[in-house]
Amino acid sequence: MGYHLNFNLIWRHFDKLWGGLVLSLELALVSIAIGIAIGLTLAVIHVSGGRIVRALIGAYVEFIRNVPLILLVYLVFYGLPTAVDISYDATTSFVATLSLYAGAYLVEVFRSGLDAVPRGLIDAGKAIGLTPWQRLVHVRLPTMLRITLPALSNTFISLFKDTSVASVIAVPELTYGAQWINFNTFRIAEVYLVVTSMYLATGYAILLALRALERRFVIGR
Amino acid sequence: MLAAILYAIPFLMQGLLTTIVVSLLVVVLSTAIGGLMGIGLVYGPAPVRWLVRGFSDIVRGIPILVLIFFIYYGLPIAGLNLQPFSAAVLALTVFKSAQVIENVRGAIGSIPRGQMDAGKAVGLTFAQRLAYVIAPQAIRRFLPPWINGVTDAVKGSALVSLLGVTDLMHAMQQVIGRTYNALPLYVLGAIIYFVINYGLSALSRMLERRFSYIRE
Repeated sequence: MGYHLNFNLIWRHFDKLWGGLVLSLELALVSIAIGIAIGLTLAVIHVSGGRIVRALIGAYVEFIRNVPLILLVYLVFYGLPTAVDISYDATTSFVATLSLYAGAYLVEVFRSGLDAVPRGLIDAGKAIGLTPWQRLVHVRLPTMLRITLPALSNTFISLFKDTSVASVIAVPELTYGAQWINFNTFRIAEVYLVVTSMYLATGYAILLALRALERRFVIGR
Repeated sequence: MLAAILYAIPFLMQGLLTTIVVSLLVVVLSTAIGGLMGIGLVYGPAPVRWLVRGFSDIVRGIPILVLIFFIYYGLPIAGLNLQPFSAAVLALTVFKSAQVIENVRGAIGSIPRGQMDAGKAVGLTFAQRLAYVIAPQAIRRFLPPWINGVTDAVKGSALVSLLGVTDLMHAMQQVIGRTYNALPLYVLGAIIYFVINYGLSALSRMLERRFSYIRE
């Protein structure tokens, strides 16, 4: 015992943590945007596609969901460039990984969302003479988005927490900022107290904002 | 490539053993602790409910990786110096307990209140009501999400490699450090994780179908 908490060094390097938090949020935002694009596209294809296409999408979803994120991060950053002639920096590589990861979870979310659109709405679209494409864009997708909004917010919050894994390939997000301060000041306990509070506070702020958005837009089942 | 894989297999199996031991310990401990806390959350007096609710909300708001570092690096100032293995198991148990609490809450919440009242009416004690009335019905709702959560324990256990515990993930890293042949190793490791977790989620789906008759 006899350890005295001393936060002075943490505040002196707080820019590392603040910058890290901003980058964490950016990583989560970009990844969910790309993830939504992947998820929407694949969900629509899955609902209307043939058996082989469905099996391929299923394989993608199951592979991503059953392998640890840290392994996917290593696989894309260290593994892929040894086989294929591509090169990218750690941040790009992580965004690609997290987007593919988010996409796999969102395909399932959107697929069940599309299933939950009431038949009567689609029939009503048919009755007023909308083409299948118009029914998709003007009836099924908007309704589905409002149904799936709570699941989308949960996914976004987990993605924000998952950005901490980017520290293992030295992406300077919040957890990496914590490690940087550890190595340079050895104020290990203090930095994790601060960083944990930052994750909690940010997570709750996002949660409250998204819940307000849900109250405005979500359709009760 | 085949030679690289054959060379790696014994090391990976050693690591896999640690991954399985860590996951099993975490699942057993968290089910016991989370189960008790979950019952406290549903039936406990107000202070117990607040404590459990606070614990669960805080733990679920922290990334697992940060939780692991926090427990490994932060607890020593409270005079608790844990070995990497124990710190890893403790951190994952805390994380998984919060999940089990929510599983328990959901499972018990799905049972009509009248069941508890009926138990009271025939003169069963609280423990008897829990054991003979609530538990047999709640277990069907509890099992599928709980087994699905076991995959989170297995996936989360890959993070303990960062504390230097030689699990499957760390064993892969070590072999890659010697052979510089990254891709086949990562793919092989991914397949091993996939087989374990896909098996678990298939079991979860099977149980869910088996118990689907209780859907109202």
